[in-house]
Amino acid sequence: MVKSRREILKSSGGMTLMALLAAAGWLKPGSAAAQAWNKSAFDAKSMDEAMKAFGGGVPVQSKEIIFVSTPDIAENGAVVPISITSSLPKTESIAILIEKNPNMLAGSFDIPPGTEPAISTRVKMGQTSNVYALVKADGRYFVASKEIKVTLGGCGG
Amino acid sequence: MADPMKIRANVVGESTEVKVLMSHEMETGQRKDAQGNAIPAWFIQTVAVAHDGKPVLSAQWGPAIAKNPFLAFKFKGGAKGDKIQITWVDSRGEKRTDEALIA
Repeated sequence: MVKSRREILKSSGGMTLMALLAAAGWLKPGSAAAQAWNKSAFDAKSMDEAMKAFGGGVPVQSKEIIFVSTPDIAENGAVVPISITSSLPKTESIAILIEKNPNMLAGSFDIPPGTEPAISTRVKMGQTSNVYALVKADGRYFVASKEIKVTLGGCGG
Repeated sequence: MADPMKIRANVVGESTEVKVLMSHEMETGQRKDAQGNAIPAWFIQTVAVAHDGKPVLSAQWGPAIAKNPFLAFKFKGGAKGDKIQITWVDSRGEKRTDEALIA
């Protein structure tokens, strides 16, 4: 398709505005820019920074979030299986944060309606640490944690 | 070009269980090579899963997801023969899309 000069200008102008809004933090995750990688959240070194990047307040401890088939002791920190299930109604997203990793956030998963609020994946852990499961449900944040002991670290080398 | 993903999708009761194994180095940027130079980070940043064109899961990943990432989840609905399409984009902008049918 050949675009006219006017159309090109229009579309690029729109892109710049979106980028600016995203940079200013006006576009929260879950909005139209959900697919853009949330750099500030992945750069976060603490829970407070991560929450700021997610645009949420202090998360509430919840017993509705559980770690399923997640080990207490991981022999190899390079491959630690983690499964998180949330029974909170209207779960919108699940994030995995590892306290003592260089950057806390390992990954976040957006759960659209119809998808079960349960995910399994494998993460790397540098050392023994608390692992947090941060769940956004009905616009609020909830958290559960579990300590996983690591015998052999999965970072550095 | 990265190797294809291994995708398995099965109907379990009223849900469809999707299991994916991706082939990716997931370099953290923390490691050093034999000469002591830092190995630059290189990892999958976004993953999107669609069932017959409708998104059923999207994820954002950092370098702390293990090498050759594994992902499993379930969604309601889905029938034998439906198409599951998975796309990832990594920090170098490389992209891979694979498809599988629900068994």
